[in-house]
Amino acid sequence: MELNRRKFTNMLIGGGLLGWLASVLYPLFTYLIPPRVEEQSLNSVKAGKVDDFPPNSGKIIKFGRKPVLLIRTETGDFRAFSATCTHLDCIVQYREDTKHIWCACHNGMFDLTGKNIAGPPPRPLMPYGVRVQKNEIIIEKPTNLG
Amino acid sequence: MKSNMVKKVYNWLDERYDLTPLIEFARHKKVPVHEHTIWYYMGGVTLFLFLIQIFTGILLSMYYQPGPDSSYESLRFLLTKVRFGWLIRSIHSWSANLMIFFAFVHMFSTFFTRAYKKPRELTWVTGFILLSLSMAFGFSGYLLPWNELAFFATKVGTEIVGAVPVVGPIIMKVLRGGSDVTGATIYRFYAIHITLLPALFMLVLALHLVFVQKHGMSEPEHLANLPESRKKYIPFFPNFLLRDLILWLIVFDILVFLAVYYPWELGLKADPFAPAPAGIRPEWYFMFMFQTLKLLPGHILFIEGEVLGILIFMVGGLLWMLVPFWALKGRPDQRIQPMEFIGVVVLIYIGVMTILGYAL
Amino acid sequence: MKIGYTSIFAGLFLGMGVLLAQPQDDEKTSYLQQLVEVDQCVACHIEEEALPEGLHENDIHLREGLSCAGCHGGDPTSDDMDIAMDPARGYIGIPDKQEVPSFCGKCHSDIRFMRRFRPQVETDQEVQYYTSRHGRLLKAGDTKVAVCTDCHTSHAVFPASDPRSSVYPTNVPETCKRCHSDSDYMAEYKIPTDQYEKFAESVHGVALLKKKDVGSPACNDCHGNHGALPPGVTSIGQVCGNCHINNLQYFQKTKMAEEFKKMDLHDCIECHGYHAVPPTNDEMVGVGEQSTCIDCHDEGDEGYKAAVEIRAMLRNLTTAIDSANTLKKQIQIIGMDDLDIEYLLKDAHQQLIHARTVIHTFDPKQVEEKTKTGLDRAKEAIQLALEEIEEYHRRRKGFLFATLFTTLLIIGLFIKLRQIESEQKEDAHRREP
Ligand code: HEM
Ligand code: FES
Repeated sequence: MELNRRKFTNMLIGGGLLGWLASVLYPLFTYLIPPRVEEQSLNSVKAGKVDDFPPNSGKIIKFGRKPVLLIRTETGDFRAFSATCTHLDCIVQYREDTKHIWCACHNGMFDLTGKNIAGPPPRPLMPYGVRVQKNEIIIEKPTNLG
Repeated sequence: MKSNMVKKVYNWLDERYDLTPLIEFARHKKVPVHEHTIWYYMGGVTLFLFLIQIFTGILLSMYYQPGPDSSYESLRFLLTKVRFGWLIRSIHSWSANLMIFFAFVHMFSTFFTRAYKKPRELTWVTGFILLSLSMAFGFSGYLLPWNELAFFATKVGTEIVGAVPVVGPIIMKVLRGGSDVTGATIYRFYAIHITLLPALFMLVLALHLVFVQKHGMSEPEHLANLPESRKKYIPFFPNFLLRDLILWLIVFDILVFLAVYYPWELGLKADPFAPAPAGIRPEWYFMFMFQTLKLLPGHILFIEGEVLGILIFMVGGLLWMLVPFWALKGRPDQRIQPMEFIGVVVLIYIGVMTILGYAL
Repeated sequence: MKIGYTSIFAGLFLGMGVLLAQPQDDEKTSYLQQLVEVDQCVACHIEEEALPEGLHENDIHLREGLSCAGCHGGDPTSDDMDIAMDPARGYIGIPDKQEVPSFCGKCHSDIRFMRRFRPQVETDQEVQYYTSRHGRLLKAGDTKVAVCTDCHTSHAVFPASDPRSSVYPTNVPETCKRCHSDSDYMAEYKIPTDQYEKFAESVHGVALLKKKDVGSPACNDCHGNHGALPPGVTSIGQVCGNCHINNLQYFQKTKMAEEFKKMDLHDCIECHGYHAVPPTNDEMVGVGEQSTCIDCHDEGDEGYKAAVEIRAMLRNLTTAIDSANTLKKQIQIIGMDDLDIEYLLKDAHQQLIHARTVIHTFDPKQVEEKTKTGLDRAKEAIQLALEEIEEYHRRRKGFLFATLFTTLLIIGLFIKLRQIESEQKEDAHRREP
């Protein structure tokens, strides 16, 4: 009887301990497993492979919370600009016909250096850096702009 | 089989390091039992929470990236993308507050049971240093998420430091890493929070614990005066330790409950150029000081009210740290003992000011 | 007698001499001091303290080497006043106000001369000027009107692209204001004098004068500068449409544009005003108090119905965006994932902005195309936000699991403690009965 009680307590403690350990270690270990999404680097983002971008095309890339317009010009080089229109924050796009950056909201236009050339936008688009590394396009925050 | 293994390891160690005195010490360590025994657990609870801080702090540092652009973002990443990231962070935040709370309880309980008396003066002094370091932990950690509240609270807090006569401005500059709270401040606070403070804290804590072991638990006067035969003790091992463990588990459960049901908020990212939002206030354990400074008039005699307040707190803190060396002795027949009176006044003061701070 | 190129070149030559003799960046002695050495006009006028009012050391004419005699004629090499200022030596002194345009035009209307300074320089200012109200009145003998020097100053002339210039975009309104806001001065012309006040408070004025956004129009961007005229009734839409391209295009295709023409109404400004153009807001469309639609439309007609419909669409979209934004903020505060919500909201916002432009078609169907997409995005955002909040609460469940084991462990340890202590008691009893 006495022995049974003891056994019971020990089992209770053992079971409790095991369960407790599991409920502490499980979150712990899953915490340590690197998350599926790569940790966002705040200074650069991978935009994809060079071959995914035909010349004379543009694509919006999410740079953290900021949309960035990546352009491959007719001559094949890459450029990137903040895609937020300097007028009223619409998202600009690359126009394959005019070969300009265009904001549909009020027909704002920017040239391929980001300069505002027509319509209401008051300021140029901020340029981002683009680097090609092993066929991979990397967009970088311009270092001189904080 | 199992116990065999344990024995082998024990023997191996014993042969080399002679564990007998340790074992003897543990066997004979005992804890007095009386109506105030409960307070003996408070230091242990504080210790337990400190261990949790170390542990969760290490985990957090694996994802946290200090910096004006990255602090907030990396925490957001931790909270949204890392599994159980929110839990670890929430536990760290809650445990920090509970630890300071229990350190306060612990301090006042040793104060009222007069455990600071000879020979435990240095236990008290090291304890006070531990509390100060804990508050420094809290202050430096508060800024790290770089959210609105943290940013402005740090601005105000360091401004107060800056108001200290003579050395204030330079200390403020050193703390901030410049004349304003900026990214440089984050790096400094981060360094202080994860390297300087833990190192100092562990050193002082080790002393504190060694002192406690050296003296054993203090006995309240009325008990100490009883004849040996009428005193009651329980062995530290396993009786007290088991109780400790049970209490720790209960605290753990409460901690996790708070962390899960009231997860610590991330807040909105700090914008140094935005006007201060309403309701900027320090953490609750700074509130009584903050509120006092707020209530002081602009000028008292020839000195600025705020400066005077800061000086008073500095002197008060120093006096409080040195309590064992000046403690007033009342006559035994006195109904109100002077130190008890002082303790109650201090408690009421802290309580009232804290409540005012939240009510006003 | 007119001064010929010879004296201009003489002036230029003298200026060059100074430039060559003294490196220009030697700022220790002022430029005028340097000129003293070679130019007797300057020398004497400094001595007599009779330099022209407002003379700026960096005046473009002066810096390009065109010293006093370059415009005023005379002989700068002679220190004898009578010789230097001898009309026989080409001295003309201060031109009559009516002469000023041709006085400046001598060089500025001559492309062969001007070209050497800037190849694509314009030389039609004088011609334009005489088509303007200013120019026509001047010709008719009214010398109160502005001539070149009234806007450009006489001796502090800078290119319009130089912020120091009186005709730099942000300075233009001040420059025009000098006459046009002076009600006494303008009284005889019977035109309003409140343009500056109104403009300064307008969207354009605030952008230009407060935000210093030189993309925003100044007076001359709508009225022209050298050819300044009030924009005609027919061209006003074109004027606004220079920047507000889409709005104009949409508007021109509407039935309303035709009706406006018939009724002699003035396109954009009928709803938006002109100098005082206030920032637009959604209340301008619809049938509410601030509505501009009901200026013409009455209950029951088609336009009235369209106004009601369009207003409702916009309101639906803005409320949806507002509530999504509130949720987003809440989600940021509690530290849940708001990234996708943010992108959806960006999209919704874009549709709203677009819809506000499409209003100028006055066609509810076209507006709806935008607002509907926007509304879908906003709703998706709200949905996502609610899911995040739900997830926030759901993850509490794990606690029950953990607490169960913690409690079990606590109970186990507690029983153990009781057992140990009762055994200890028995032991003690046994030892000392
Ligand atoms: C902040 C972290 C602190 C930790 C981790 C800590 C830890 C401990 C522990 C484990 C004990 C032994 C158990 C007990 O008596 O409760 C103890 C005892 C003691 N502590 Fe602390 N302590 C801290 C802060 C303080 C503070 C703020 C004071 C007072 C200013 C203080 C004064 C004392 C004294 C006088 C004792 C001896 C109590 C006795 O013998 O009855 N400690 N501390
Ligand atoms: S928002 Fe881009 S042109 Fe208006």
